[in-house]
Amino acid sequence: MDAAGIALAATGVDIRAAGDGDEVAGVRPRRVALPESAEEIAAVMRACAAHDLAAVATGGRTKLHWGARPERCDVLVDLSRMNRVLEHTAGDLVVRAQAGVTLEALADTLAEAGQELALDVPVPGTTVGGLLATGIAGPRRFRYGTARDLLIGVTVVLADGTIARSGGKVVKNVAGYDLGKLFTGSYGTLGVIADATFRLHPLPAARAWVTATVERPVTRTERVMSAADILLTAVPAVTESPLEPSAVEIDWPDVDGPCTLAVLVEGAAATERAKALCELLGEPMGGTAEVTEEPPPWWNRLPSPDDDTLLELRIEVSSLPHMLPALREAAHASGARPAICGSLAAGTLHIGLRGLPNEIAGFVGLARDDAEGMYGGRVVVLAAPWEAARRLDPWGRVGALPLMRRVKERFDPGRRLSPGRFVGGI
Amino acid sequence: MPELERLTERLAAVLPPDAVITDPVRLRTYECDGLTHHRATPGVVVLPGTAEQIAAVVRLCGEHGVPFVARGSGTGLSGGALPRTDGVLIVTSRMRRIVEIDIPNRRAVVEPGVTNLAITEAVRDQGYYYAPDPSSQQVCSIGGNVAENSGGAHCLKYGFTVNHVLAAEIVTPDGEIVELSADDPGYDLLGAFIGSEGTLGIATRITVRLSRAPEAVTTLLAAFTGIEAGGRAVSSVIAAGVVPAAIEMMDALAIEAAEAAVHCRYPAGAGAVLVVELDGPRAEVEHQFAAVERLCRDSGAFEIRVAASAEERAAIWKGRKSAFAAVGRISPAYIVQDGVVPRTALPRVLAGIDRLQEEYGIRVANVFHAGDGNLHPLVLFDDTVPGEAERAEAVSGRILDLCVEHGGSITGEHGVGVDKARYMPRMFTEDDLDTMQLLRCAFDPEGLANPGKVFPTPRLCGEAPGVRRGAHPLVEAGLAEQF
Repeated sequence: MDAAGIALAATGVDIRAAGDGDEVAGVRPRRVALPESAEEIAAVMRACAAHDLAAVATGGRTKLHWGARPERCDVLVDLSRMNRVLEHTAGDLVVRAQAGVTLEALADTLAEAGQELALDVPVPGTTVGGLLATGIAGPRRFRYGTARDLLIGVTVVLADGTIARSGGKVVKNVAGYDLGKLFTGSYGTLGVIADATFRLHPLPAARAWVTATVERPVTRTERVMSAADILLTAVPAVTESPLEPSAVEIDWPDVDGPCTLAVLVEGAAATERAKALCELLGEPMGGTAEVTEEPPPWWNRLPSPDDDTLLELRIEVSSLPHMLPALREAAHASGARPAICGSLAAGTLHIGLRGLPNEIAGFVGLARDDAEGMYGGRVVVLAAPWEAARRLDPWGRVGALPLMRRVKERFDPGRRLSPGRFVGGI
Repeated sequence: MPELERLTERLAAVLPPDAVITDPVRLRTYECDGLTHHRATPGVVVLPGTAEQIAAVVRLCGEHGVPFVARGSGTGLSGGALPRTDGVLIVTSRMRRIVEIDIPNRRAVVEPGVTNLAITEAVRDQGYYYAPDPSSQQVCSIGGNVAENSGGAHCLKYGFTVNHVLAAEIVTPDGEIVELSADDPGYDLLGAFIGSEGTLGIATRITVRLSRAPEAVTTLLAAFTGIEAGGRAVSSVIAAGVVPAAIEMMDALAIEAAEAAVHCRYPAGAGAVLVVELDGPRAEVEHQFAAVERLCRDSGAFEIRVAASAEERAAIWKGRKSAFAAVGRISPAYIVQDGVVPRTALPRVLAGIDRLQEEYGIRVANVFHAGDGNLHPLVLFDDTVPGEAERAEAVSGRILDLCVEHGGSITGEHGVGVDKARYMPRMFTEDDLDTMQLLRCAFDPEGLANPGKVFPTPRLCGEAPGVRRGAHPLVEAGLAEQF
């Protein structure tokens, strides 16, 4: 065994050779480490530091193909054995869980006490660590925000093996810098998240969905009932009503086909409020709105299977009526076939793309011209097959990049943590 | 000539003539913020009108190695805006334009000197408001709120400043103007900046989220014979799955003070009162109100009043909101403490505070945000009695120990500032603090932005971790204070 292998073995942490399924955006690491505590992560990090090994952390392996290709990857730090809920005091509405706990397992534990982490995560099998590292969020971001808004404490392990904590286990706390915010969405480039503490909410007394579909296909020539026109009237009517919907989502699987709008209402009198929303929606949506107690099948799902290209579009809500037709036109011009879903109320859409690599690159370029060029939005390529990915800048326009580089330089001067995975090659 | 004097001469070149204050009498008006027992006369005060002017001042500070402190309305309660006698105080009070109100996108863009309440006043007619509501909201500035990550009574349901700021233009400690946005890919520098107490730079333009005004608001006041019964009511409301907009509690001494000051006419004989506010869709509020009223009675409430109008709501809140100032009526001097405990630890911590009162012979009035365990014990003392101020200070510190021992925090909303920097090691390890310092060094390697705040003895950026020996270099250079 080489010196690095000996050093890793000496940590006492389970180490195995990497195999199929261990690739990080197409790069196969040499070894997989399976730590069971923050201290074990620290031991692995110290061995990596001593031998200049690059490390990428993973939990449920559901988003290892997200982000840019790492420059190098020697050790995959697999946190799936760190799957314990460490502390859940129901009366405090707070939970502390290890990074490898899946959100499904966490939800089961919390439901026993009638509570939930009020985040929807559209990728099944996502772990606490993966949720934080990517910052992925689902429909209820409109009401509850994203992971960063519900995270109140975090334990991280730095590249040199330092174990550090920030925040705590109380909801209200302004002591010291909030490193949890910094680590949320950092794609593993600052440190390895060992555990996290979240504020919780009571499970709502009831939930109801209002769903309405525009059956008539939208064409370029027919502007009478375009999706954009409907959104122009329907979405503000919903979000400005005092009925407090928790989410307003769209599903538009084919830009030349019908589009469905769904609104979630939660809490006491949910059905009553949903019926009131139904009336609000009825007219602009052509009278098709209906109330159900179950979500539509596409609710809280990404628009495409894993092997497609996946984009995230963030844009101000008032620009959506312009942006949606622009996406349709980009599809026609590029030849790529987008499936669109996401939060209309929060201005965040996910776009699954099928097509040849040059068609995908063409679509992303056109979408960015519109979103970034005209409306101050952002288009991020979350994942793409390599043939398409190598033609794309995954991140698009990034502000404050020099400051971000300085942060990276302080936290990981040796560039050993997920090098190259993040914005600007960080 | 000292650096500060050389710097002051150059300030005139980058600022309007009336924006530089050097007159000693006028300087003294800036010697403290809302925490008045820490005082320092600033070396020079500047009143910039634009981000570019702030950037120019900060660049000059960098060239001369002179520290700078930002100040909004000066209402902070942790000495976060305590000036440096050897530094520049940058006051944002001239930057109070509301730049843009954008209802369709639910946001407003404001300058840092705009007061918290001014935002709500500007959009109230359209059915919107700005959610974070610190008690000082009539006068405190949004720039100060960003620095402190301010909360308020309603943050139990709606969160803090960090949950309601969408973007900020900042001047970094090296004098660059940078836009931080929650929507940008990359590190959440905005989230890390908010609450950094002026140590990572100065916010010069802030984009805030506007919230839809709730359809219904109901406020009730429940009176209990003692604080234990009030605590039981809080626990049962939370256990029932209700998230009120606010749940506030006052004990007998705090009620006595409020009566003396503002005649709030809370029910006679109350050993504790609870103020519960519910808001949201009317149907939901009505449902929850019935539950809360029943739970309060089941927990021993002997009187419940419900506000039927905005005036009655104001009357209920009057006693609570006046509590800090009101204790001045029953005590010559007092310390306002700000600790947090997990809600379930409240009874044990309150019992612990009782024991401290007896042990030290010092009275403590308790006012707190009961829903999130944020205590504001008011430690009362007579500063003319020898030794009493020291005993009050000791009680105040021991209360923080209690909070930390029970898994809480040394500050829930007032910030660390200069006041609590020495307590940080009780809550965080040296590794924790050194890791936070990495962020500081990325933004401010020279340590010129509000030095001496938040962190007890910061390492110099680039200094290797390890055992500290002798005086810290920052202390020797006069850039930091040793606690």
